[in-house]
Amino acid sequence: MEAQTLTYLFVGLSFALYIGIAVASRAKSTNEFYVAGKGVNPVANGMATAADWMSASSFLSMAGLIAFLGRDGSVYLMGWTGGYVLLALLLAPYLRKYGKYTVPDFIGERYYSNVARVVSVICLIFISFIYIAGQMRGVGIVFSRFLEVEIEMGVIIGMGIVFIYAVLGGMKGITYTQVAQYCVMIFAYLVPAIFLSIILTDNPFPQLGFGDKLLGSDIYLIDKLDKTLVDLGFAPYTEYSKSTIDVFCITAALMFGTCGLPHVIVRFFTVPDMQAARRSAGYALVFIAILYTTAPAVASFARLNFVDSVQNTFYEDAPSWFKNWENIGLISWTDKNQDGKMQYSPGNPFEGNKPNYSGDRGEFGQRLLTNIPDDSNTNEVYLDRDIVVLANPEIANLPVWVIALVAAGGLAAALSTTAGLLLVISSAISHDLLKQTFTPRISEKQELTFARIAAALTILLAGFLGIYPPAFVAQVVAFAFGLAASTLFPVLFMGIFSKKTTKEAAITGMIAGLVFTFGYIVFFKFISPELNSSEFWFLGISPEGIGVVGMAINFTLMLIITRASSSPPQSVVNLVESIRRP
Amino acid sequence: MTFWQKNLLLLSFLLFFWFLCSFGFGILFSEYISFIKIGGFELGFWFSQQGSIYAFIIIIFTYSFLIEKLENEEKD
Repeated sequence: MEAQTLTYLFVGLSFALYIGIAVASRAKSTNEFYVAGKGVNPVANGMATAADWMSASSFLSMAGLIAFLGRDGSVYLMGWTGGYVLLALLLAPYLRKYGKYTVPDFIGERYYSNVARVVSVICLIFISFIYIAGQMRGVGIVFSRFLEVEIEMGVIIGMGIVFIYAVLGGMKGITYTQVAQYCVMIFAYLVPAIFLSIILTDNPFPQLGFGDKLLGSDIYLIDKLDKTLVDLGFAPYTEYSKSTIDVFCITAALMFGTCGLPHVIVRFFTVPDMQAARRSAGYALVFIAILYTTAPAVASFARLNFVDSVQNTFYEDAPSWFKNWENIGLISWTDKNQDGKMQYSPGNPFEGNKPNYSGDRGEFGQRLLTNIPDDSNTNEVYLDRDIVVLANPEIANLPVWVIALVAAGGLAAALSTTAGLLLVISSAISHDLLKQTFTPRISEKQELTFARIAAALTILLAGFLGIYPPAFVAQVVAFAFGLAASTLFPVLFMGIFSKKTTKEAAITGMIAGLVFTFGYIVFFKFISPELNSSEFWFLGISPEGIGVVGMAINFTLMLIITRASSSPPQSVVNLVESIRRP
Repeated sequence: MTFWQKNLLLLSFLLFFWFLCSFGFGILFSEYISFIKIGGFELGFWFSQQGSIYAFIIIIFTYSFLIEKLENEEKD
């Protein structure tokens, strides 16, 4: 069968599976809609958390990002896993013990104030919307790439699918579809990785092949990669090029941000008790680690393989995957020195960020560009980093069904994250704003209806943002972590580990963290992008890492203001004591 | 010591390892341990792209095992 037919078949089957699961496990009460009835098995919740956590960009772009960042890519590997330690040790068990539905629920009651609740809802919606708009765009891109529909059409199909299972199923439906999505996604990721590892190093475990000798030689893969890149004028793969303070701060911002992300925290409200919450965070990390330890291996395989098959090769002799992805628009070659061979080195092959194909073919059959070649360097090759994962099956000469599988995996990754985010936004609106703050008299049934309406409206808005992306969306997604680290994490942490922290402290802390971090990012990314370099940054910390400073400001203000304001009432002290008790 | 004090002690101990295996070995002292090699990996590089993640998993399950013991003692 053709690759395209198989892709439709696999994707169609996987969608049927997700919708089937959602219908079978649809939510009948608010308890089921918000937290899946609190009866989810810790292993299943771990899998669902992993699927929720790993978005289309983890699945498609992360290996490519690491391949081209080399050692600097470690910030993502450590940053997006280390937060689970903080979550399991410091937050998840206590928030589960508290036992309500949402993160603002806890903040509102612990800080005995509806103002604190509303401020936390604002932070939550802010963080989640930034994140979901980027995801929706991702859904559209994944659909358009695999199913050959327009991005807009892709977003609409994605909206439809998520609508069916998130609005009907609530948290319960989402949880069990995410379990299925995790299985599809991890299988799709591992198959090509294992074969690549066998081809390059004869070791079936990519994690070990990464540190192994190349097949038929005495040289370690990493040493070869370092040497090859240095010979071409790149920085060595195994050394940091960012400053130590920046690497430190970005890693920390991603870690603390991870455990402050509401859609991650709320997953631990769905298990039966504290012990299950801790174990579940452990299982989640195991499931995430399967992909996250494979990704850097794939990255190094792909970078080495790419250089080997491209550098000084006649275009006519380029491997077939090179030409296939050139046809799709993710690769281009500009023959600057007119020798018919491809030269790959640091620097831009042409002016502008993306290749604009003229529609004509050059003398060797390459697609010609309208971009002006950048003659300040000798690099002739452009490639999109997503290519690393997308082209793996072809590079490893795997049968076409594997390509179809990767398509289904990418879609599973995109949909599962979108659904998780959708749920926290809708529950923040129906539960925290309506039921708890503005219209406390509504019945449970009405609240459930409002939750569904809020979910539907959120999908529409997110879809709209996906179709007409504001220019800033793509750039800002990574900053959701900094915002979560500087607003929600400190307030949750102090709420559990200190009995004295007052409402005034929490409200000021959250607002200061949000304003500082957001202001710094907006200043360097949008107001004065020309100043966005290390000499102008505060202490040399880039906007990606500034959330850590925002977090420090938040903690400091909370400590000072707590001393200046009157102590929390006895009921709050009792609450904190009760959530600490096993 | 009360249950909560024991818990805080255990948390500080494990968070020290969390910091050591990621920020320590992977970033701050990465250069100083790079003379040690496992297979093709320099130890600092291995920690930053593989080892820290394994360490995180071990830390979570260690905590979960030890605190459950403490909790069960506390409940009795």
